[in-house]
Amino acid sequence: MGLLGEDIVTEDGEFVINMGPQHPSTHGVLHLKIWLDGETIKRVQPHLGYIHRSIEKMSENLSYRNFIFATSRMDYLSAHINNEACALCVEKGLQIEATPRAQVIRILMAELTRLASHQLWWGCTGLDLGAVTPFFYAFREREAIMGIMEETCGARLTMNYMVPGGVMYDIHPNFQNRVKEVMKQVKDNLHEYFEILTGNVIFENRTKGVGYISAEDAISYGCTGPVARASGVSCDIRKWFPYEGYDKVQFDEILDTGGDCYARYMVRMKEMLQSVSIIEQLIDNIPEGDFQAKTKNVIKLPKGEFYQRVETARGELGVFIVSDGAASPYRIKYRSPNFSNLSAIEHMAKGAKIGDLIAIMATLDLVIPDIDR
Amino acid sequence: MVDLLKGYNVEKLKSENLRLLLTYSFASLSSHIHAWLISSMGDGMAALVSEMLIVGICLIAFLVPLCFFLGYMERKVAAFMQLRLGPNRVGPKGSLQIVADTVKLLFKEGLTPTASDKFLFNLAPIIVVVTSMLVMAPIAFAKDLQIWDLSIGVLYVTSISSIAVIGILMAGWSSYNKYSLLGAMRSGAQIVSYELSIGLSILSVIVLTGSLKMSDIVMSQSNGWWIFKGHLPMWISFVIFIIASTAEINRAPFDLTEAEQELTAGFHTEYSGMKFAMFLLSEYINLFVVSAIAATLFLGGWMPFHIGHWELFNHIMDFIPSSIWFMGKTLFIIFIIMQFRWTFPRLRVDQLLTLEWKYLLPISMVNILLATLIAIMGWHF
Repeated sequence: MGLLGEDIVTEDGEFVINMGPQHPSTHGVLHLKIWLDGETIKRVQPHLGYIHRSIEKMSENLSYRNFIFATSRMDYLSAHINNEACALCVEKGLQIEATPRAQVIRILMAELTRLASHQLWWGCTGLDLGAVTPFFYAFREREAIMGIMEETCGARLTMNYMVPGGVMYDIHPNFQNRVKEVMKQVKDNLHEYFEILTGNVIFENRTKGVGYISAEDAISYGCTGPVARASGVSCDIRKWFPYEGYDKVQFDEILDTGGDCYARYMVRMKEMLQSVSIIEQLIDNIPEGDFQAKTKNVIKLPKGEFYQRVETARGELGVFIVSDGAASPYRIKYRSPNFSNLSAIEHMAKGAKIGDLIAIMATLDLVIPDIDR
Repeated sequence: MVDLLKGYNVEKLKSENLRLLLTYSFASLSSHIHAWLISSMGDGMAALVSEMLIVGICLIAFLVPLCFFLGYMERKVAAFMQLRLGPNRVGPKGSLQIVADTVKLLFKEGLTPTASDKFLFNLAPIIVVVTSMLVMAPIAFAKDLQIWDLSIGVLYVTSISSIAVIGILMAGWSSYNKYSLLGAMRSGAQIVSYELSIGLSILSVIVLTGSLKMSDIVMSQSNGWWIFKGHLPMWISFVIFIIASTAEINRAPFDLTEAEQELTAGFHTEYSGMKFAMFLLSEYINLFVVSAIAATLFLGGWMPFHIGHWELFNHIMDFIPSSIWFMGKTLFIIFIIMQFRWTFPRLRVDQLLTLEWKYLLPISMVNILLATLIAIMGWHF
């Protein structure tokens, strides 16, 4: 037992703090080891593996129908989109396509998920920066979206709605009306989001110029999603590699050149409006027909390697399946957006203050189970 | 009855009785108690000690329900701003929720970390609470209701309230926790810096009143509160006082010492049970104290709302008891400070110091020159 001052600093005079795995603003079991000089961060080292559940290995013993649902537990805030990526990859292997109705439902659900995810992120960003109230405003709309999910799929967070060839059930008869109501609510209330947080001078001071990453660095760290787009890297999978008929809907890829926390914040805020616009284009145009293509009871993929990528709320999710022709995959690898985005944290946080690290983590929008899988 | 009143002007008597009731002064009550104590115990230490005990008990009997009320108020204000109901299960409209929480804290185990400095660890919450209670001494709660109207009232308040930082530093240092240490260091920098602005904004009122005595400051506002009489400088120093005192009592957006999202709970991370409740108690007492001082300096304390020579208007205002004026003003300022907490994000530590040293302090310095000019030229009303 030493007194404070003797053993509390390293030989180089650095003050080492272990932020996490139990910490209010790491949003889970992320463990960051921080070397400090006073309040200034000299080094950050993420320690991973606290919530590793070996989803990839588990999937090797699950059928092609069942392994999809394990991915809901990776990035639980965009569970739909994860499931969709897996379903698409299996469809690629089977060389089928989801029915037109199912494709539109998938896009609708994916955009609703993205909207809900961004709302949760917005609330948590406020919370991380010390403003508690935005959290409740965000949950007001998120709750309504979760209600829609619950009505159609029976679940609110891990929806299990995607199957190879389509979706599991048809949409609820109320679906269209409720989605329209919620979209109206979101559009009516979005100005409150900007009023309570965006224009606040303290918020701007906390985020502008903080956690800067250039476009080159964003590419070399493998950042995707809003993190890369805020640095000016055009990387929206929905635009570059359209799937499910994203090429038929009108939407903009939001780009910013700031590269700082504020740019990442604004990219996500504008993406919310784009999601609303996509949903509004499709909600009245859901084609009639089957919601599921006919597939065999036991799906067997031909021998080979299949890769599918989608744009989740956090960036690019890649699903890589190696099949040996059996009823379950030989090997599965997920390329998760959060893992790559997290790797840039040291680059962003070096020389910043502790408070900045929190802002950086908030705008990276990390979901820890997606990092460890 | 009629006979008894014969020869008297009944109407005049009635109005005098009414006036006596309205301008009831606590001075008579306290002087009665004082006389009784002197007569029964003699003019020695015994009377003095028992008088102090009575004051202490009265203070605690006032403060604890007040803190319960402020806690309840804060939860309801927060709930109102956050689209939710707030406490509504324990007691009528949830009003006993805080009591239930306090009972829970009382029964919780007060853990002391093995590696901590136990003496300092246990002393720290006491210092924090005692200093915030000591500051109550010169505050005028109502007409003649004041514990100690000492001649350097305001100076006393500023000097005693700065002792609290020692308690916080002690808590952070002795906890043997790196988060606590960081929180304590932040609080040291923060409180010492913001005391300057508080001092200067208080000084601008002192320049106009010419007295540090709380009762003089209140009486000087009998024909209008300083915020109305003192032109722009008073508004500036009022705003600076509110900002700086929010920082001084470590409330959001200046709650860097506890900064939940950064330092888990800052200096009181390791505290639990009643020791933790002490910090909570002192937070609310401090909130009350700074609001009471702001109300006294700028909004006239217990002084009713008077406008110059409008005798009738002033007379009507006098009908509202002075204690209600005081509490009303104080609660109004508390309400403002509570709204800060539930609206703004937290500042970063360097921005906090920048705000003080680069903005508030220069503004205060120019402001005090303006106030002095007004005082010398007699431009105030």
